[in-house]
Amino acid sequence: MTDWAIAATPPRWRRWLLAETPQSRLQARLSRAYLSWVAFARNPLGMLGLVIVTVLVFLALFAPWVAPHNPLAGDLGYRLLPPGGEHWLGTDQQGRDIWSRIIYGSRTTLLIIFMVAITAAPVGIIIGASAGYVGGKTEAILMRLTDAFLAFPKLVLALAFAAALGPGVENAVLAIALTSWPPYARIARAETLMVRSTDYVAAARLTGASDLRILFGHIMPMCMPSLIVRVSLDMAGIILIAAGLGFLGLGVAPPQPEWGAMVSEGRQQILEQWWVCTYPGVAIFIVSLGFNLIGDGLRDVLDPREG
Amino acid sequence: MTEPMIEIENLSISFGHGADRVDAVKTVSFSVAPGESYGLVGESGSGKSTILRALAGLNPFWSGHMAIAGQKLTGKRPRALRRLVQMVFQDPFGSLHPKHTVDRILSEPLAIHGFEDVETRVRAALERVGLGPSFRFRYPHQLSGGQRQRVAIARALILEPKVVLLDEPTSALDVSIQAEVLNLLTDLRQQLGLTYVLVSHDLGVVAHMCARLSIMRTGDVVETATADDLSEGRLLHAYSRQLLIASRGYDTAAIAAFGDF
Amino acid sequence: MDKGPILEVDKLNIRFNTPVGEVHAVRDVSFSMGREKLAIVGESGSGKSQTGRAILGLTPGKVTADKLAFHGHSLLNLTPPQWREIRGKRIAMVMQDPKYSLNPVMTIGDQLLEAARGIKQGAEARQHALGMLASVRIRDPERVYRAWPHELSGGMGQRAMIAMMLMAEPELLIADEPTSALDVTVRLQVLAILDDLVKTRHMGLIFISHDLNLVRTFCDRVLVMYAGQVLERLTASELEQAKHPYTRGLLVCPPEIDHRRQRLPVLQRDPSWMEPVS
Repeated sequence: MTDWAIAATPPRWRRWLLAETPQSRLQARLSRAYLSWVAFARNPLGMLGLVIVTVLVFLALFAPWVAPHNPLAGDLGYRLLPPGGEHWLGTDQQGRDIWSRIIYGSRTTLLIIFMVAITAAPVGIIIGASAGYVGGKTEAILMRLTDAFLAFPKLVLALAFAAALGPGVENAVLAIALTSWPPYARIARAETLMVRSTDYVAAARLTGASDLRILFGHIMPMCMPSLIVRVSLDMAGIILIAAGLGFLGLGVAPPQPEWGAMVSEGRQQILEQWWVCTYPGVAIFIVSLGFNLIGDGLRDVLDPREG
Repeated sequence: MTEPMIEIENLSISFGHGADRVDAVKTVSFSVAPGESYGLVGESGSGKSTILRALAGLNPFWSGHMAIAGQKLTGKRPRALRRLVQMVFQDPFGSLHPKHTVDRILSEPLAIHGFEDVETRVRAALERVGLGPSFRFRYPHQLSGGQRQRVAIARALILEPKVVLLDEPTSALDVSIQAEVLNLLTDLRQQLGLTYVLVSHDLGVVAHMCARLSIMRTGDVVETATADDLSEGRLLHAYSRQLLIASRGYDTAAIAAFGDF
Repeated sequence: MDKGPILEVDKLNIRFNTPVGEVHAVRDVSFSMGREKLAIVGESGSGKSQTGRAILGLTPGKVTADKLAFHGHSLLNLTPPQWREIRGKRIAMVMQDPKYSLNPVMTIGDQLLEAARGIKQGAEARQHALGMLASVRIRDPERVYRAWPHELSGGMGQRAMIAMMLMAEPELLIADEPTSALDVTVRLQVLAILDDLVKTRHMGLIFISHDLNLVRTFCDRVLVMYAGQVLERLTASELEQAKHPYTRGLLVCPPEIDHRRQRLPVLQRDPSWMEPVS
């Protein structure tokens, strides 16, 4: 029906991706991904967020080649230099280049977000979807468990872990992940409750599909959009918690650079040599903003609230 | 006298407990011969869809006696029984998983039951419902309502069932598409020797597709008739007659005579 | 009471921007109507709903027309205050499913009063509302006035919706598939109410539907739409003599109780139907 109505003729690869009759599974999947991309790309703020995060990933991956100076060792003769000249963002109390430390610090940030996302999200979705699908006592137990974990404040739990197990990235990730999964479980359960009474799930049951197959093949894919949006939006919060832990001296051990720790180290000099703690703070702000913008943009594409 | 394909005796289904209890189906009995097409007609709340879902095994909470092809049905459904009975749902937009391609929708039942020649069967299934191979890798949102319903019919037939339950299969379709789908269903029944139970609120559709039918209202069977009775206006119960008149179209005099049931 | 046309539409076009290009949903649709029951019939994708919504400025697409006038006043490019004077007050709309068109967190009475805001106040408004509920043949207006939407059945809800839309006594009512979600007997009762109201209030009614057989018994004139265009226009009584193959196809393909056939005739879509109508 749309053939007669389309005015423009797109280039060949676009036509392949937009084809009404895909010839293979691959083409069908790519076509869907492309259309989602086009929808996302129409949002300028979402694209801005994507640019920010891409820059972050680029810096983290190519840190050794991009960073102009050694982030770990500094020349004490060049302590607390203001921004400009060789040191774009100045130097800290130990003469280390702040810009290089920010670049290397992005690795820690990225590592923490990534580790939290791949541990908390799957745990949350499995618990939530199972609870929503099975119902009854199982649901009650799982949801109360979720509530219990939700009650823990992230930072306080992280402190407790650090006190018990010692500081370090792994413990920080563990603490954050343990308190991050409950909202995902809640979302997954809500989506599951809506999906389990649909006709396509009934049809799957009719063909003899096992509960496990229905849960993983039919229900979880429907939870993904809201979950992806929520995880993206949570990234900003996770960055802040990680920075908070770093600020308190937990997390990465010095002299490894970590943005939160850098802010903490610069506290003494905040009035005169403001750049020592301000620039790491700006980095935290920009990256949090980037993830927030992506999350918002993704929400408009994946989880639109239509009027 | 051949054994009936479907036998239902004193079927009762209710939901909820105590004050909230709703008796959706109240001791309904009927039987369907092999190869026959049986209709259940009624307005919303009549219980017709509830019966179908219980027959399909989607609702285990019923009492009474149900048997398909001589096998007594219980609350549990063994996988083998799934190959005997399949269902086509009403809403073509809701009965196909939005994130699965047509290929996946059709090959999954085959995978579940351990069929080997998945490729050939999927292609054959698509052809049988009049959809070419170009539809194989489309997603449901890329199909029209009629095409989705054809895929739903293909899915219902891919396990080679003997009984197909049809829950308002064309209510959500345009009238020209409805004609195509009803013709397809008629052809398939003849080609494959299927037994149908068709639920609809549309007397015209039921009269066209079924030889015998039951008219239902709030859980009870009000009247059982043949399609010929319908076309010749030989209905006994006042409610059935009112339904028949209402199906004919707007007529001020007739409407004035409508009673509340 | 003027006998001239109350609505004039000349070359109405509605276009939508989609990721795959521009979709021309309504193409050069022209018609005029007086105080009569006009049906716009078409299948999904024909553009009938968009046409109805464009009259009230409610379509998200781009609307262009040589003329779109209500009582001679143009409905194109109105400002929000100008629309507020027209919507609900002079042109009203009833939609398909009262489950979705009634506000679930307001009682029926409150919604009726809101519909009459600015026109009637206080006790007078309440009396008027109860009168409207009675005119849509609701037997216990007081009870329905106090009820919440979820407490009403489909038929009741639709009648309440109609009452609401008529509170401001509009001159034109656009009904978009108002009975499609209702049971067959209730459907006819609601149609009888609409018929009555249109007659007694000298209103115009645009009845948008996919059911040609229903509208032929209910409306005065019929416009048949396909792929965004009007293919044929006739009076309801001359539908049997319809000339366009699409209209004839729509008439014969539904199953008929009195006249059963082995196979239903299938509509052969001719690509030439999509070409611009002269």
